[in-house]
Amino acid sequence: MKYIDEYRNKKLIDAVAKKIRGRVDAKRAFRIMEVCGTHTMNIFRFGLRDMLPENIELVSGPGCPVCVTPNDYIDTAIALAKLDNVIIATFGDMFRVPGSRSSLEKEKANGAHIKTVYSTIDALALAKRNPEKEIVFLGIGFETTSPTVASSILIAKKEGIANYSVLCGHKTMPEALHALAQDERLRIDGFLLPGHVSTIIGAKPYECLNKRYGTRCVIAGFEPLDIMQSILMLVAQRTPKVEIQYSRITSKAGNARAMKMIDAVFEEVDSMWRGIGNIKKSGLKIRRAYRHFDAGKKFVVEPGSIRENKGCMCGDVLKGIKTPSDCRLFGSSCTPMHPVGSCMVSSEGTCAAYYKYRVERK
Amino acid sequence: MHELIDSLFIKVFANDALRQKRDSAIVEIGGGRIAFTTDSYVVNPIIFPGGDIGSLAVYGTVNDLSVCGAKPLYISLGLIIEEGFEKKALERIVASIERAARRAGVQVVTGDTKVVEKGACDKIFINTSGIGEIFYIPNEKKICSGDVVIVSGPIGDHAISVLSKREGIAFKTTIRSDSAPLNGLIARVLKASSKVRFMRDPTRGGLATTLNEAVERKSFGILLNEKSIPVRSGVKEACELLGFDPLYCACEGRVVMIVAQEGTQRVMAALRRDVLGKSASVIGAITKEYKGKVILHTAAGGKRIVDMLTGEQLPRIC
Repeated sequence: MKYIDEYRNKKLIDAVAKKIRGRVDAKRAFRIMEVCGTHTMNIFRFGLRDMLPENIELVSGPGCPVCVTPNDYIDTAIALAKLDNVIIATFGDMFRVPGSRSSLEKEKANGAHIKTVYSTIDALALAKRNPEKEIVFLGIGFETTSPTVASSILIAKKEGIANYSVLCGHKTMPEALHALAQDERLRIDGFLLPGHVSTIIGAKPYECLNKRYGTRCVIAGFEPLDIMQSILMLVAQRTPKVEIQYSRITSKAGNARAMKMIDAVFEEVDSMWRGIGNIKKSGLKIRRAYRHFDAGKKFVVEPGSIRENKGCMCGDVLKGIKTPSDCRLFGSSCTPMHPVGSCMVSSEGTCAAYYKYRVERK
Repeated sequence: MHELIDSLFIKVFANDALRQKRDSAIVEIGGGRIAFTTDSYVVNPIIFPGGDIGSLAVYGTVNDLSVCGAKPLYISLGLIIEEGFEKKALERIVASIERAARRAGVQVVTGDTKVVEKGACDKIFINTSGIGEIFYIPNEKKICSGDVVIVSGPIGDHAISVLSKREGIAFKTTIRSDSAPLNGLIARVLKASSKVRFMRDPTRGGLATTLNEAVERKSFGILLNEKSIPVRSGVKEACELLGFDPLYCACEGRVVMIVAQEGTQRVMAALRRDVLGKSASVIGAITKEYKGKVILHTAAGGKRIVDMLTGEQLPRIC
């Protein structure tokens, strides 16, 4: 497969691994935060940690949109699902995420109408097929996903699909990275930046990370050769800058059309990140002009009081302060079958990655 | 599901045949041994490239008998039909069951039909039970370090063909389900070699789950070689798009075997002489090193654990 096979070529990966060992300063620890959940998964999936020198430490960041969705969003989605005339359309990953008291999976078993969809196109089709029902799409995800959700609202308005709305929980990356870069506990030397988010927003939003915090940045693809090459680029930087490794689809300017779509439908807002807290200007809300498609405005529900599991360390794991193995619930009361925190249930969650690919290192 | 089986069914029914946890129970009747199995089919959609719920229901039960070293003989057929299900659709499925039974060399000798109110089931559910005559019992207790792991063909075809037609996720693909009766293939292999120690068909949860079941709580593990595992390019492409792992994608016409090292050549020759086994491959070996685990030597050069599937694979968001 083009762009897959050549980026999984063992000889090329070994050659880059050798260059990393030759290039990195062996006298100091080098801490890289790989932000995106797909990076976390693929680092495990392809056994890349085994190929790196001991002084390069990879820590996982909060780039898993499901993991950072707060309990009150899940609780609100569940309250909406209980309404008689509502069908919830959701990405599959959200299905098993625990809220304060329940999950969409449990509510479906109790009779709530919840459909897993692959994209907003399917959600719009669902709305057209069920004109007597209200379809509420759970809009979560970063800049990779928000243009498609914006597009669905524009299409719904154009075609008069009045029974479609979005419960907006979108978040944006750059401000979250600022919060991490300035956290002295994390001591991040460099970021492996999310390749697909960057395909939308370009390289410019990250430049102040170099200037303000001296953090090196590389926009990284997701195949093993992409990740290894990105790590090489990070260790090789003499002065901190933003470089694009994922140049086959990411440009410095990003995708102007997608950004225009986001800007047309959404506006910036402060946002609560599960386990991390409130980060200024790190979320999106639906603009007033499209309020008829805003499920948060269209429906009045009472989600109940928010409850967090006190033992859950998802917050510290998402920030890279702790690893899943540091959490006393990990692998015992919190497993993929019985998740306590969202990091364990999402297919991009750090805890799910650690559990699924439990490291076999000598 | 594994938890449920252990904590409820095996606990309550507590007998040796059930405790073996094979795909069929091996029981003694009138001085001889038979294999007895049952399975229920609720696949959605009911028609998919390469098959339908009817043929699946026959081949699934035939295969559960075959991997226990039995010659499948007779099938029962239980249908639960949703009120309003079209007669033409039912006739099509019944015709498919007849063709599948003929192909597999088994007879449908008894059955039952229930019609339930609309919404009580999704179009049609099928249960088949089957009995077969034991002619070979794979001795799983003899599995030891150095034994090889073989799969009879490319993995994941069935899962991808079904997904490609599922509402909410449908996509274009050339992949057709691998659903097929394995009794002919397995009989050929067992005639050629007495060194087969383990056989399963990797259905729900795929190859990864089946191999984990083989090593669970055992004193040995499995080291797989990713480059040797056959996966069609259409399956790889669909998995890359959806964020799925082919190791967890169900097959319905593949057998995975653990074979003593000295039996490898004969088993592989027998498999490759059959149309269903022409892409058979040695994909790994039993090892003392990773007790109770399945480890994958990845194509990229690293090693990682391959766990059991928990829940369902879900399409990636971004």
